[in-house]
Amino acid sequence: MAEPILSQKFDNGLILLGEPIPTAESAAFTIRVPAGSAFEPTGRGGLSALSTELAQRGSGARNSRQFVTDLDNLGVERDATVSDAHASFSGATLARNLLPALAIYGDVLRKARLPEDQFEAARAVCLQEVSSIEDDPAQKVMLELRRLHLPDPWGRNSQGEKAALESITLDEVRGYVESRFRPNGAIIGVAGRFDWQAVVDQVSRICDGWKTQADDAIKISSSGKRREHLTHESNQTQIGIAYNSVPYKDPDYFQAWGAVGVLSGGMSSRLFTEVREKRGLCYTVYATHQSLRDSGSVLCYAGTSAERAQETLDVTVGELLRLAKGIEPNELKRLKARIKSALVMQQESTSARSAALARDWYYLGRVRTLEETGKLVDALTCDTINNYLAAHPPANFTIVTLGSEPLEAPVGIS
Amino acid sequence: MEFREHTLPNGLEVVAECDPRAHSMALGFFVKTGARDESTDVAGVSHFLEHMMFKGTARRSADDVNREFDEMGAHYNAFTSEEKTVYYAAILPEFQADALELLADIMRPALREEDFVTEKQVILEEIQMYQDQPPFGADDLCKATHFTGHPLGQSVLGTLESVGQLPVDKMRAYFEKRYSPENIALVAAGKVDFDALVTLATKQCGDWKKQDAARNVIEAPPHHGFQCVKKDGVTQQYVIQLANGPSATAADRFAAKLLATIVGDDSGSRLFWNLVDPGLTEHTSLGHYDYQGNGMFFTYLSCAPEDAAENMQRVLDIYRDVEAKGVTAEELEQAKNKINSRVVLSSERPRGRLFNLGSNWTHRREYRSVKDDLDAVDAVTVEQIAAVLKKYPLSVSTTVTIGPSAEVAAPK
Repeated sequence: MAEPILSQKFDNGLILLGEPIPTAESAAFTIRVPAGSAFEPTGRGGLSALSTELAQRGSGARNSRQFVTDLDNLGVERDATVSDAHASFSGATLARNLLPALAIYGDVLRKARLPEDQFEAARAVCLQEVSSIEDDPAQKVMLELRRLHLPDPWGRNSQGEKAALESITLDEVRGYVESRFRPNGAIIGVAGRFDWQAVVDQVSRICDGWKTQADDAIKISSSGKRREHLTHESNQTQIGIAYNSVPYKDPDYFQAWGAVGVLSGGMSSRLFTEVREKRGLCYTVYATHQSLRDSGSVLCYAGTSAERAQETLDVTVGELLRLAKGIEPNELKRLKARIKSALVMQQESTSARSAALARDWYYLGRVRTLEETGKLVDALTCDTINNYLAAHPPANFTIVTLGSEPLEAPVGIS
Repeated sequence: MEFREHTLPNGLEVVAECDPRAHSMALGFFVKTGARDESTDVAGVSHFLEHMMFKGTARRSADDVNREFDEMGAHYNAFTSEEKTVYYAAILPEFQADALELLADIMRPALREEDFVTEKQVILEEIQMYQDQPPFGADDLCKATHFTGHPLGQSVLGTLESVGQLPVDKMRAYFEKRYSPENIALVAAGKVDFDALVTLATKQCGDWKKQDAARNVIEAPPHHGFQCVKKDGVTQQYVIQLANGPSATAADRFAAKLLATIVGDDSGSRLFWNLVDPGLTEHTSLGHYDYQGNGMFFTYLSCAPEDAAENMQRVLDIYRDVEAKGVTAEELEQAKNKINSRVVLSSERPRGRLFNLGSNWTHRREYRSVKDDLDAVDAVTVEQIAAVLKKYPLSVSTTVTIGPSAEVAAPK
């Protein structure tokens, strides 16, 4: 039985969440601050990524080298990422090292030096990452699919754009960190073995004197474009397909998620069976549910050699359309078994749990326990999923391809 | 935490690390066969066979296999390397018997011709996928050069030609020869019921026929060289370097891992500070990989094509410097802290322990607890690292670079 979720809301808006896992040797943390790519001014794609990079190059009493050395000595396995809404810093380490690790990241949030002598190196690192996407056709097609399908600013590539990265100034980065590394909208999740009061005290010190900032509205616009082909010299053609779904907070989310599970969970799923197992059309094919706070999408991917790409697209879209006709009881049984074991196994990963705490809070404003999620999954039936699918059939596909030749959109789809 | 082992009369070994506190368990068959055990006319057969093992048995179709794994909610997969092929599933403990029955059944596959023809297409797609991805085959080419004339130089995937022409009867013959029970270990970790595991393994695997499945583990003679391959349509330049290192049975392999961490870990290493942190390369790292009879240090670098020659020179200078002056006590301490934390974190999940357990058993028939590994890391000295560098200089290597440049100057 999982332990209850602990939480502490600070006056400045920051929320701290904790899930004790007493059997763990480790503790993990996920820190999200509202400095994601959606908040970048138009034409400044990469400002969040560059700010996040520079913030880790010296903070408080530590210079860039001490920051890395201290975290390494604490054995913190770590990552920093930028998503649409957040800059995130996450890490896992031996339980006894959690508090000093949080203190170091507290300095990143509050006392980033943003030093001039590190600025060009930080810019170069961000540019390297943007360049590397050019050689990764599978990633490239999915980035373009998101850009087309999701309304701006939610579909932005969080790594940014080359031209913008080349022209962003240090003052812009300093201004961005000043305004976006804010407590309101910031979430800290910790999971594993820890002393809750000590964690609360540590985060209180981080929050000391950290002021709330005014919320700002995000202006949403859509490209309206639903088809694109990118010419690329390669053996394989990459195919990305997207359609609308419901968000994580929607009461129907588990119906939508379950339907995608039937499409693409496990090797007996429909896409794997029809596209790969029966026809041998490709090595990789999948569909995944993608949620924003207020809308959701399903994103599908297949990569296949150019001469079989048209058939792959046709068969994949055929399966998406067939989904609207409903799922079978045996498919539901497998879906539930897979989710149930995944939920149990999540308890064995402090990193997975700390990430889930922060994610739930952002999307729901509260945290679902694994037990609660389990009950929602138990409540799924073929009827509930099929009613959902009848009301929300996969349609209005956005299709992006990348390869030597463009493909024809299958007949009969809008 | 308790280690248990049992050997069936036909030679199949069952080993497990039983942890009653775990929520889940993982189990798998570790087969001591891979690319190094292939003759050139069947290049890629180990990996292709790994796919075919999921295509059904005398009493199950391919659909049955996939469906039954999914009915258990298993997280299951398989992989093939130069010297092992592993089939595994992470499951809830209540499915131990069902999962073992299914895994054991697929270990005696039907290898039907019609499935072989369809799956061959998937393998050919997989090969093409890797040809389109960094490092665009440079890893296979570098290995083939470094281990010229030795089976460790053989590609795991094979080529479009070798897989394309492979007939099903040659795969069947390879299976007969290599999947002997003496060449396989059944490994489990987590909340395992060991007695039940042995009873069922005896029933399921007891009639597997023993064959001679010996392997050539003679150490490969060293080769060195530098090649530049031009590839159109690619943006970045990629560099792969292989240098000799301690093998899987060598006592100095822990010193080699610490050396690789100090010199070339993803963060806080010498390569990181000199090449990645300043943004000179997208990626530069050094890792140590070990096999039976041989080990290797693997350098990987990617950067803008115009900077490749200079960056390779920087790497070589760093290697020469560490060979001349060794590592500091402070660097060693930091690397130990990092590795110890990684060992603990990766051991928290049964599937993490499964791979550690299986590797140790297939390489050395040795059980090592998490504490054994932590102690071995702690015991490494600066002098031992210097000895590794003397015996296996990082600066003596085989290099392949691939990218838009037709020519890249070799470092001096």
